[in-house]
Amino acid sequence: MSLAAPASTGTAAPARPPRRRGGSGRHRAWIPLLFISPWLVGFLVFMAYPVVYTGYLSLTDYDVINDPTFLGLDNYRELVSDEKVMLALRNTFVYTLMSVPAQLVFSLVLALLLQRAGRAAGFFRTAFFLPKMTPPVAVGVLLLMLLNGQSGLLNELLGWFGINGPNWTTDPDWVKPGLVVTSLWTVGSSVIILLAALQQVPDELLDAARVDGASWWRRLWHVVLPIISPTIYFIVVVDTIASLQSFTEAYTAFFGAGNTTYSNDAALFYAIYLFQQAFEFLHMGYASAMAVLLFAIVMVVTAVQVMLSRRYVHYTGGAR
Amino acid sequence: MRLGGVVGVLAASCLVAGCAQGTGDSEEETSDASFDSNATLSGTVEVMGFGAGDEIATTRLDRAKKELGDAKVELVEGDLDIQQFLSSVASGKPPSLVYAERSQIGTFASRGAVVPLTDCIEGEGIDTSVFRKSALDEVTFDDEVYGIPEFNVVQLTQANADLLQQSGHTIDDVNGSDWDAVLQADKDMTKTQGGDLQTIGYDSKLPEFLPLWAKANGADLISADGRTAQLDDPEVVEALEWAVSVYDAQGGFGEVKALRDSADFFGDGNQFASGTLGAMPMEQWYVNVLNDVSPNAPMAFDTVRDEQGEPIAWASGSAWAIPKGSPDPEAACRMARVMTETDSWIAAAEARVAMRKKDGGLFTGILTANEDADEQIRAMAPTDGDDAWSQAVAAMYEANDHTFSMPANPAGDEFEQAWQDEVNKVLTGDKDPADALADAREAAQQALDEAWATWDEK
Repeated sequence: MSLAAPASTGTAAPARPPRRRGGSGRHRAWIPLLFISPWLVGFLVFMAYPVVYTGYLSLTDYDVINDPTFLGLDNYRELVSDEKVMLALRNTFVYTLMSVPAQLVFSLVLALLLQRAGRAAGFFRTAFFLPKMTPPVAVGVLLLMLLNGQSGLLNELLGWFGINGPNWTTDPDWVKPGLVVTSLWTVGSSVIILLAALQQVPDELLDAARVDGASWWRRLWHVVLPIISPTIYFIVVVDTIASLQSFTEAYTAFFGAGNTTYSNDAALFYAIYLFQQAFEFLHMGYASAMAVLLFAIVMVVTAVQVMLSRRYVHYTGGAR
Repeated sequence: MRLGGVVGVLAASCLVAGCAQGTGDSEEETSDASFDSNATLSGTVEVMGFGAGDEIATTRLDRAKKELGDAKVELVEGDLDIQQFLSSVASGKPPSLVYAERSQIGTFASRGAVVPLTDCIEGEGIDTSVFRKSALDEVTFDDEVYGIPEFNVVQLTQANADLLQQSGHTIDDVNGSDWDAVLQADKDMTKTQGGDLQTIGYDSKLPEFLPLWAKANGADLISADGRTAQLDDPEVVEALEWAVSVYDAQGGFGEVKALRDSADFFGDGNQFASGTLGAMPMEQWYVNVLNDVSPNAPMAFDTVRDEQGEPIAWASGSAWAIPKGSPDPEAACRMARVMTETDSWIAAAEARVAMRKKDGGLFTGILTANEDADEQIRAMAPTDGDDAWSQAVAAMYEANDHTFSMPANPAGDEFEQAWQDEVNKVLTGDKDPADALADAREAAQQALDEAWATWDEK
């Protein structure tokens, strides 16, 4: 078989590629941009510009009404010496260290149970996800009711086992554990994600392990968890970021208008103090510096998690 | 709210306020406004923070609309959103009139968000002599009036008469005139079961009522000029020690708050009706709640009293103010005048009386910052009967005649936060009262110094 050469046209210039309708290549490059422009405009106006402007405000004294006055790094110096910033950071880190593992383990346990639920799985999936649909403000109010030291449901349950439950909402030692307990109520999305990951674990690997005499626990530890480790990693990263920015539930329960003037230092999370500085005391410049610091902290923590993931997260097929 | 949310809100501020920088030091204010009570007005008065939710509001609003002539009134209902308000001022598009807490006026004035009302008061002929001094003081910043006071809020001693009687006490033992007697009644009325608190003997309502107890003990938390924090005054420390001891006698604040939070505060199972609270100081509006939801509760009322037995009340309330750059200051001023003048209050009270009569309820009075109006409305309310509700109304008006207020200052919220934070630390057992109040004074003074320095530089 041979390929026939195209007939020569003698001295004629090589034919130009046919011009497509729709303009030149340069113009065509704009077409995709045009289609994503609603998102781009939204991103620039509602994300990029505010972030850059927040960075600028962090270098100023700004009370919303009067023009910002440039202060240089004064706000950042004040941050370092502000005891409440340190308290809020400590509270936030402690809460994150308690809530992220607790939420992960609880989600995993629920997902493993759901995997065995058979035909009832659909009902339980919905049931577990419903609390996630509850507005966080409602969860904050619910927290006060469920964890009330006198009449709360949790202490009622503990009472069945002869345990005299603590004053979760007023005892500083129990405020953060109480918030963690409440956060477990809204792990629905993590449960669904983990369940999807569990269903992707190849049966042949589990069968092989079973044939080799591996117990349920060893199959979980040595087969299942390594395979779903990318999902676990994703959940840890997302939950960590969310915990570092915790606000609504704690604010509603301990700092909102319904709580009159009683607040509890143990629940003063960083985002709450930031909110107070910005919108109660009108220290918008200082609050912006706090936001920048929180952004930096989240970046560093996430970067550490990314580095650790190289060692502990197993990607099948090497795909990252 | 996540980081995105925080940045988003900051962003909204930037978009609205930041982009409109430059309004801060302008002198537009209301300098070209001409206030005249006989002038014919037009345009639209946009009012932020005021809701016409009952007959007291609608009656006065109708009068205001009539007096405004061709000018229309547009309400942005709901509680004042400070962020929204300040952003609107910064962007040069403020409402015509704002309805705010009196305690916020000093902060707004110091930042230039509201304007002095000297010309407005003079032009519209607003008689400031009818306003209670404590109310007027609260809206007077650096010797200029920035707000027209409206409602007044005071505290009363509210008690369960049955619990008092069963424990061998009377209302006089819990009205605050004798702190030892209060403590004894507290102990006698407190009930526990299996280590759990069942009945709160006395609730001193910390942290919010520290200023009341301090004043009853002869001290002010802040100097009259609003520049010096006096939180570590020995009399304030003593007041805090006593108010905390009331909780300690019942097993601690945590126990009391847990039981307090479990109550159906606004329902017929409230603490008094259910017999789970002996006595507490509480704002007068709660009398209306109790009368509505549990009219047969065994109640007893008195004013709160100082150690000399004199009535005492910490007054707070609302006020009208004109934002800087108000598009219609003349109409705004007239509306503020009509909403707070004596005739309007009387008309509103008459409407409330008629409404109560129709519903078969009791008219429990209206408390305003206008002394003339209060005197006339007092005559419409039952104050001479033997029943508890008449006692309540009588006590309310007596308390209203013996009020004090916190002077306006440019760091109102930070000052309040400073002492409340430290009182909370005492309540949770993290600090003792003297140390806590010393720290509170330091934090509050720093906030005051910074805020006043900014104001003084202007």
